[in-house]
Amino acid sequence: MARMKFLCDAERCIECNGCVTACKQENEVPWGVNRRRVVTINDGVVGAEKSISVACMHCSDAPCMAVCPVDCFYRTDEGVVLHDKDLCIGCGYCFYACPFGAPQFPQAGAFGLRGKMDKCTFCAGGPEKDLSKEEFSKYGSNRLAQGKLPACAEMCSTKALLAGDSDVISDIYRQRVTLRGKGSEVWGWGTAYGKPDQPKAARAGAKS
Amino acid sequence: MITARRLMLAGAAVLFAVGLGACGERDQVTVYKQGKYQGKPDARPWESDPAASLYTTSKWDKGDKTSWESAVKTRNLYQNEATRAN
Repeated sequence: MARMKFLCDAERCIECNGCVTACKQENEVPWGVNRRRVVTINDGVVGAEKSISVACMHCSDAPCMAVCPVDCFYRTDEGVVLHDKDLCIGCGYCFYACPFGAPQFPQAGAFGLRGKMDKCTFCAGGPEKDLSKEEFSKYGSNRLAQGKLPACAEMCSTKALLAGDSDVISDIYRQRVTLRGKGSEVWGWGTAYGKPDQPKAARAGAKS
Repeated sequence: MITARRLMLAGAAVLFAVGLGACGERDQVTVYKQGKYQGKPDARPWESDPAASLYTTSKWDKGDKTSWESAVKTRNLYQNEATRAN
């Protein structure tokens, strides 16, 4: 096995936020914390709107691990970046270091005190006894220990979000891209940035 | 007389070295050293009992990494709707 990774296909994501909801439900993520979110660019522009689902990308050389002053991060054999909440001091350095804004900080007190960092665990729990109550309450569900994959990807209705062994999901994506079209259509401008002229032509054809 | 001259020369050499030393440049950038994880150890996913989980199609031998990986890979391939539809 290579490394566990997420891959989001911007051509398929329809901004339904199903992944966000699945993550919230699966891990019982508290109010104000979003381990996963959908980012949309060119919102409302016909043919140019693209969405992508973002969470912790479980970097191979994770900047959060590099800056953590208490060294509470670790990487599992499957390449999942996790952390020990018992050690975390909630300083927020990891938030500044992360290019994806993955680390989240729940409000721990009435005056908006920063709680211990919370982030996507690739549904792999944390350093507590696997599938225990303690693990669930601190880190959420441990689906990998149940032979499952992250809930966000498995729930994705258009299969825009893929999760799992990077070799396998790369193969799935590669095959998908090959089936999309051929020649210049596969990698061309239209595939990358949408085809704004085509819907108009289709509408014109439908009217006549 | 010769001794005094030697002493003066030695003193000048020391002053020269100290003077040049002040012109030296030290590395101003911190070289980061990778920290070591200080927290609790974590169990590996294949060490858990597959019978303990509900509603899963994945089956593997407890403690066997290879069988867990193949179970996860099978599950992983369910994400490829192209093979399911065609």
